[in-house]
Formats: sequence, structure tokens, C-alpha cells
Amino acid sequence: MSSVFQIGAFWLISLVIIFAAILMVSSRQLVHMVLWMAVCFLGVAAMYFLLDADYLGLVQIMVYAGAVSIMMIFGVMLTQRPDIRESLLFNSQLKLAVLVVLLLLVLTGGLTYQATWLQTGQAVPPNTIEHIGTLLLSRYVIPFEVAAVLLLVALVGAIVIAKEVKPGARSRD
Amino acid sequence: MPVPAINLTVGPTNFVLLSAVLFAIGLFGALTRKNAIAVLMCIELMLNAVNLNLVAFSRFVTPQLFTGQIFTIFVITVAAAEVGVGLAIIINIYRHRLSVDLDDFDWLKW
Repeated sequence: MSSVFQIGAFWLISLVIIFAAILMVSSRQLVHMVLWMAVCFLGVAAMYFLLDADYLGLVQIMVYAGAVSIMMIFGVMLTQRPDIRESLLFNSQLKLAVLVVLLLLVLTGGLTYQATWLQTGQAVPPNTIEHIGTLLLSRYVIPFEVAAVLLLVALVGAIVIAKEVKPGARSRD
Repeated sequence: MPVPAINLTVGPTNFVLLSAVLFAIGLFGALTRKNAIAVLMCIELMLNAVNLNLVAFSRFVTPQLFTGQIFTIFVITVAAAEVGVGLAIIINIYRHRLSVDLDDFDWLKW
């Protein structure tokens, strides 16, 4: 990845991602937090396009920027409290968390700086969706089916857990 | 003292560092935020950082095999399931306790 446009795009998108992530973690209103999260996910999708993974970029936009953000908005609105603005933003572990995160950053940064990567000069084939589809239904077919069952179980489980309990109904447990 | 040559090309190092920063921000949020939904969002941020790593290595190391991209698809699937079930649990707890503050969820404490 050495053309001027790719390098410029990388730095621009990474700035947007990190800026949106910091604003998201520090924002007080939960709805603003969801919006900054969507910006961050769109930035990651742009990064996937830059990395020649166009199918994953589209999946990222549909699943994360679309579905996950909307579910989060639903969750925020169903659990809204009037006094949420007066409450403290961070809990009592703030200093410890800063320490842990800085340690993690220094460790990964140092290890990354020292590492030498085995790079190939090969390029990604032009139509990735064709290869991914073939691989998903041949070599990775068992994980694929397990993922389908997992989604079904999660769907049914989420409905059962979140189902509203009628005030007059007898509990059946 | 030799001046190190500035390498401007974007390689795996840049992507790993970006994803480490993103993961650190998400971890900070997950450790410190009080609201349960905010913590769930920060966990999604961490999962995205991991996905970025997988796709970057798939692009630079094994571009013909698509292993990293297929792993990313499975991670996205599990993350979507996790958001659904997590939000359902949070909504159910909210009905009982009228709170989404994680410090109030202390049934198992003694």
C-alpha cells in the first residue's frame, strides 16, 4: 500500500475512527454515544474498503452501522431515566483502568514496533465475494452451520428473556 | 548518529497500532462506564478493533486464502448475537430494578 491516496486515506480514516471512539467513550448522553459509535463503525468499514475487503465493508455497514446501532438506540430508549444526566459518568475504578489501558498500549506498541512481519507481495483477487462464498460452503461449512444455529438460538433467547410479563398473569415457574 | 529513515508506506504495523488504540479506548470504556448499555457498546468497539487486525493480516499476509476475512464474518455473527441477548438481559433487569447502573446489579454480592 504505497500510493499517495492510500496513505492519505489511511491517516484520514484512522483520525476519524480514533476521534469518534474518544468522543463516544466520553460522551454523557447515551444517544450521542450511539451516534459516535456509528461514525466509528463507518470508519472501520472504510478501512475494510481500503484493505480490499469490499464484502466485509458492506457487511460492516449493514450489521454494525445499521442493525447494532438501531438495537442500541432501542435499548437506550427503553431504559431511559430522567435523572441519568446527574449521575456520575465513570465508576470508582477510573485510575486503575487508566493504568491498565496505558500498560496495554505501551506493551502492544512496543511489541508492534519490534516485530517484523512476513509480507507477501500478492494482491487480493478482484472479486472477493465469489471466493468467500465458495470457501464458506466448502471448507468452513461446519462453522457456517454452527453460526446459523447460534443466531437462531440467540433470536429465540432474546425474545424469551425480553418478553414482557403481564402484571396480572400467573408466573409459570 | 544515523537518522532513521521515515517509512511512509502503510503496512501491518500501522493497522496493528490503530487497532491497539481502538481496543484500548474500548477497554477503558468497558472498565469505567457505569451504564450497562454503554459498556455493551464499548465491547462492540473492542470487537471491531480485533476485526480490523484480522482483515489487515488477511490483506498483507495471506491475501489468497481469505482466512482472516472468514474469521471476521464469524466474529461479526457472534457479536450481533451478543448484542441481542445482552440488550434483552439489560431490559429485563431494568424492569426489576428500574436501573441500568452496573453498580446496582449486586444480587450476587455478600
